[in-house]
Amino acid sequence: MSSGHSHPHPPKQPDIEDGPYSWHMALTDAVADLLLAKGVITADELRRTLETIDAATPAQGARLVARAWCDPAFRARVLEDVNAAAAELGIDAGAIPIRAVENRPDLHNVIVCTLCSCYPRYLLGAAPDWYKSRAYRSRVVREPRAVLAEFGLLLPDEVRIEVHDSTAELRYMVLPLRPAGTEGLDEEALAALVTRDCMIGTAVPLAPPRP
Amino acid sequence: MRRHHDMGGLPAGPVEPVEHAHAPWEKKVDAILRLLVGKGVMTLDELRRGIEDLGPGAYDELSYFERWISSISNVLLEKGVLEVAELGAAIEAARARREAAA
Repeated sequence: MSSGHSHPHPPKQPDIEDGPYSWHMALTDAVADLLLAKGVITADELRRTLETIDAATPAQGARLVARAWCDPAFRARVLEDVNAAAAELGIDAGAIPIRAVENRPDLHNVIVCTLCSCYPRYLLGAAPDWYKSRAYRSRVVREPRAVLAEFGLLLPDEVRIEVHDSTAELRYMVLPLRPAGTEGLDEEALAALVTRDCMIGTAVPLAPPRP
Repeated sequence: MRRHHDMGGLPAGPVEPVEHAHAPWEKKVDAILRLLVGKGVMTLDELRRGIEDLGPGAYDELSYFERWISSISNVLLEKGVLEVAELGAAIEAARARREAAA
């Protein structure tokens, strides 16, 4: 929108300028500016790292799970070493080892980090806020069945639940069970069934509704 | 003794299924940390120790990436990578830049 007179300022960009500029935002810019000025990091590295952060999504983990469902030898390699198995698919799962914990008909797995917020971020992207919340971190180790019920996941009493507490040196992901009724689906269609929460353990994949 | 970040097994209210898309500045904090860890300037353990050292008040009041950048800047000051005076000046410069653009 033009104000009808010539103006020395560049046009406003509400997308980056609206909203308060908090002290911690200024601290973030200041730390980055100094690290750049001192040559500790370069602008190119910063840009590429931001691109890497944006590129990591649960779809990467879903591809891994779908391949494991379709290829027993690959599944064995996932259980052996997630990072190496991901590399086979061209996915960089990061330097920190990730262990896959496999659901069975009588065993359900769920992951947490009670001490902080460790999560396989390089593989699955950013953790959801609730994963980092006091309520989730406190309660899922003591009453997982109740917490899962709050997510709408009602497990039969005969299914045992194992909770895996992540650390800075070892992260977990859940390898969910392939749902019944998906025999005819190809790998891509199977991957679409695997959501982020299925790999955290607060959900399970469901077969698509029959047409 | 149990410290304030060590909350596994404690009673707490319902898990609110909240999420938000990360703001650009939050991704920038993440990128700074990844680069510093990748270059061996600091470790993830130092990040976590710095977060735990913020104390119970800040730990619960600051947002997630506010805790991170607070810890990162403290660790960098401890290590002598950054100095207090230049960090203060850089914060003022960043604010002035933002105000001039507004």
